[in-house]
Amino acid sequence: MKTIFEKSVQGKYQDIIPKCTLPEVTFPQELTRSAALELLEISETEMSRHYNQLAQRAYGVSDGMYPLGSCTMKYNPAVNEEVAALKGLTDIHPQQPASTVQGWLRILKIGEDYLKEVTGMDAVTFQPAAGAHGEYAGIRLIREYHMKNGDDKRTKVIVPDSAHGTNPATAAMCGYEVVSVPSDSEGGVDVEELSKVLGNDVAALMLTNPNTLGISDKNILEITEMVHEAGGLCYYDGANLNAILGIARPGDMGFDVMHMNLHKTFSTPHGGGGPGSGAVACKNILKGFLPGIKIEEDEEGMTMGLYEETMGPIGLYYGNVAVAARAIAYMLTLGKEGMVAVAKNAVLNANYMKTLLEKDYHIPYNEGCMHEFVISAEDLKKETGITAMDIAKSMIDNGVHPPTVYFPLIVHEALMFEPTETETKESLDRVSQILLDIRKEAYTDPQKLHEAPRKGQIRRPDEVGAARNPILVFEDGKDL
Amino acid sequence: MGSYVPGTEKERQEMLQTIGCNTVEELFAGLPEQIRLSEGPDLPEGKSEQEVMSIMEEAAGENRVYKTCFRGAGAYRHYIPAIVRSIVGKEVFKTAYTPYQPELSQGILQSIFEYQTMICRLTGMDVSNASVYDGATAAAEGVLMCKDRKKDVVFISGTVDPKVKAVVETYCDGQNVKTVTVPVTGNGMTDIHELKEMVERESGFACLYVEQPNYFGIIENIGPMEEIVHGAKGKLVMGCEPVSLAMLKTPGEYGADVAVGEGQPLGLPLSFGGPYLGFMAAKKDMMRKLPGRMVGETKDADGNKAYVLTLQAREQHIRREKAGSNICSNQAHCALTAGAYMAAMGTEGMKKVAGHCTAKAHYLAEKLTEAGLETDADTPFFNEFVTKIPEGSSVTCSDILKALDEKDILGGLELDDRSLLWCATEVNTEEEIRTVADTVKQMMGKAGE
Amino acid sequence: MNFPNELKYSKSHEWVKMVDDDTALVGLTDYAQDALGDLVFVNLPEEGDSFEADEVFGDVESVKAVSDIIMPVNGTVAEVNEELLDSPEAINSDPYGSWLVKMEGVTGTGELLSAGEYEEFIKTCD
Repeated sequence: MKTIFEKSVQGKYQDIIPKCTLPEVTFPQELTRSAALELLEISETEMSRHYNQLAQRAYGVSDGMYPLGSCTMKYNPAVNEEVAALKGLTDIHPQQPASTVQGWLRILKIGEDYLKEVTGMDAVTFQPAAGAHGEYAGIRLIREYHMKNGDDKRTKVIVPDSAHGTNPATAAMCGYEVVSVPSDSEGGVDVEELSKVLGNDVAALMLTNPNTLGISDKNILEITEMVHEAGGLCYYDGANLNAILGIARPGDMGFDVMHMNLHKTFSTPHGGGGPGSGAVACKNILKGFLPGIKIEEDEEGMTMGLYEETMGPIGLYYGNVAVAARAIAYMLTLGKEGMVAVAKNAVLNANYMKTLLEKDYHIPYNEGCMHEFVISAEDLKKETGITAMDIAKSMIDNGVHPPTVYFPLIVHEALMFEPTETETKESLDRVSQILLDIRKEAYTDPQKLHEAPRKGQIRRPDEVGAARNPILVFEDGKDL
Repeated sequence: MGSYVPGTEKERQEMLQTIGCNTVEELFAGLPEQIRLSEGPDLPEGKSEQEVMSIMEEAAGENRVYKTCFRGAGAYRHYIPAIVRSIVGKEVFKTAYTPYQPELSQGILQSIFEYQTMICRLTGMDVSNASVYDGATAAAEGVLMCKDRKKDVVFISGTVDPKVKAVVETYCDGQNVKTVTVPVTGNGMTDIHELKEMVERESGFACLYVEQPNYFGIIENIGPMEEIVHGAKGKLVMGCEPVSLAMLKTPGEYGADVAVGEGQPLGLPLSFGGPYLGFMAAKKDMMRKLPGRMVGETKDADGNKAYVLTLQAREQHIRREKAGSNICSNQAHCALTAGAYMAAMGTEGMKKVAGHCTAKAHYLAEKLTEAGLETDADTPFFNEFVTKIPEGSSVTCSDILKALDEKDILGGLELDDRSLLWCATEVNTEEEIRTVADTVKQMMGKAGE
Repeated sequence: MNFPNELKYSKSHEWVKMVDDDTALVGLTDYAQDALGDLVFVNLPEEGDSFEADEVFGDVESVKAVSDIIMPVNGTVAEVNEELLDSPEAINSDPYGSWLVKMEGVTGTGELLSAGEYEEFIKTCD
């Protein structure tokens, strides 16, 4: 389809704001644009149709199952959107006096209290805007802690080889050297290898539990204790919190600080890649270093201040609070029993789907899977030449969004499924059958799979060409 | 309670049977017994939708929505066209994931490609990324693009938004990059003479971060700064207010290497500070250092036009600890909003908004001066400016703000006892401006009696 | 895969071709280009930059990965192959014709592998 710029015609406009009746202000020529702005000119009718066309070329949770592993693509409740659209929330300037934002502070306080309880932590900040941003805050808290203790020899952060790529990137961004530890045969942290790298130069261990294989580490208590004994702290990557919501808490596992992805576990929409919210929770030993606002209550009402020894802000204001408000509405809805129901059904759905697939597909780490599982198509690739990517693209031809592919890195030809609790048995049955049919087709008609998708919006794109000569901007009259 | 779980008990039993388990609890066997919450979390019972809505409505009612707002300082009240709200409210735009599967995500990818194009047209830069968290993180990522193994000192003008400065300092501190503040002249501008000397003294000089207009609303004299910075082989990172770019000289025209800014004025509600939108654009030679996502145009296997996320190999999910940044999301929905806003306003509409902003801010400044506050008439400003209460007056900023508050007006932001930072946009009317001025005049007059 | 006998090799998959006693061309091996896949960008140092063996002197980017390139010898960059900046795919099609940098004042070549040794070494990779 055409870009919006190709639909732009000089002279078209939308009458949005009134004519300004005050005298025009002119600036000296050296302060103004020498080339007049040329953005685009389009009528409201054409604009409405343009975006409708774009919407038809997109796929959301509202269109069908979205089994992306580690992404927790659950249903995004409608009421949360209505909450976030309340005028009393949207039309509030971030630098109004505290007495005029009591409702906002109360909502955030409710969110803090719920999150403290489900994580087993002592304090929460909503300032991080996404999971990676939360990781950044969390590791900086750990750095502040060691620095304050005069412990400046701790230069390393340990990350298991199954970790999300953000973990090592975050540690490096915080000035740490990254040490990778291998997984054991069951997919957990290799405790023996861990003990070899632990020492007085280790600042922290970053861990996801259950990990990216969907497996809860049976040695988790031993692992966090080992790190603490070596003087390090433990960071919990909350990407997979959905699996244990209301059942077990990172704080009780021995973790000192963590982030949550409110856009995963707490149902806020992903928006095509953001905005999310990466709230961070921590134990008392780190609380004083937190970024963002410290909300307290006195006889006058709610107050907002800074934490005593704050590491410094990582965002302009208090975070993506309108995203947090959606998540908080969801927490209120779930309550005590709802939290547990989420985890139980997420784990049940994943195990059910895994059972339907495991007879035909190889699942290298099959024991103790919780909310997600990872298939390896390595055997299929050897026998038929069909790769994980071919399977993913064939799913598109069957009207289903593919899972996460080629992750985690420790599984070759990985396909990582996380159905979430909001899928029905019917959709799990249907998608599993599609996968089983694709496997059969790999033997009977591999060419069809290599050429998939045929029914997507486009065929497979030339990514090499895109990266070699990047075209990031539309230019009139310039076509590839 | 609700949990949005669609399955029935009967279906759960069937599923358990297929798995070969008697209870769901068996599936949690991997969790050590001693860390399980046997009683569940200590939380209130779940609530119905109606109850949740009423709790939230009540809380929203405890926030004060000012009828009139003359406060900016980083977040701005603008009119948001109805078509923008309508478009961004479409369910699929909200519930789609990051467009990692281009064959199912052309609409999302194209909307980002169009946003990137609009940002380039607005800033006069060559390339744009798909956006980052907010204007402050954009500034931080922008200066970090300019460091290398020999250049690790970042200069920040003392005239930038202190909130942005603090974030840039946090990020630089994390990477052991030194930050130095360039002093401010008496009239609130970057001290260019000092800058020159400081740059000459510092061999590790990587870049200068300066904002246009600056925190005090003043239009800075960027030309000489560009010469000093590039003369020392450093980079110029400019923070820009997007509406002003419809009128003011662009970072591209100034020769900036990186342009960043807060995109909130482009159709995003104030929402108590977020979500907002950090835009980032660069000269072509800096393209591969731009962090975060970028959408590129290419062709598919049939030779048809296609959009993809590109230059992904530099990102954290592939490069892990060697990535330049850990950022892995954009504010896609906010970028969609900004794109739709710019489309709705169009070229003329954007200029019109900028015209309103300057005309109204200048009228407000004039009226407040008549009312007895001091402003600096010599420095050019866009839509924000600082007033001072004259020496010897017993009136304080909080007196003024309180009097305005009684008329449902959120006045300028208090910078110190005597200084207020004011802002006006197209949503402010002449009448509102006169009300503010009359109120201030009364205060000042009373104090003089 | 092809590993010319007249070249020396490093364990980080660069080749070294001595053009005289202390001048050498440095490039990426056939194995390296194959493992990286279609290259889309090369980032090279500037003339006059000095490196010690095992230092990172640039990076190459494919759709799959960005990989550091490691200097196999000590020396100073005398020339950079600017053509590769526009056509990185030449490394894929002709790895031994596509030198990255010309180094002068070269020392520390003693640790490098012969073609035979390198071929043995890559069997242990992956």
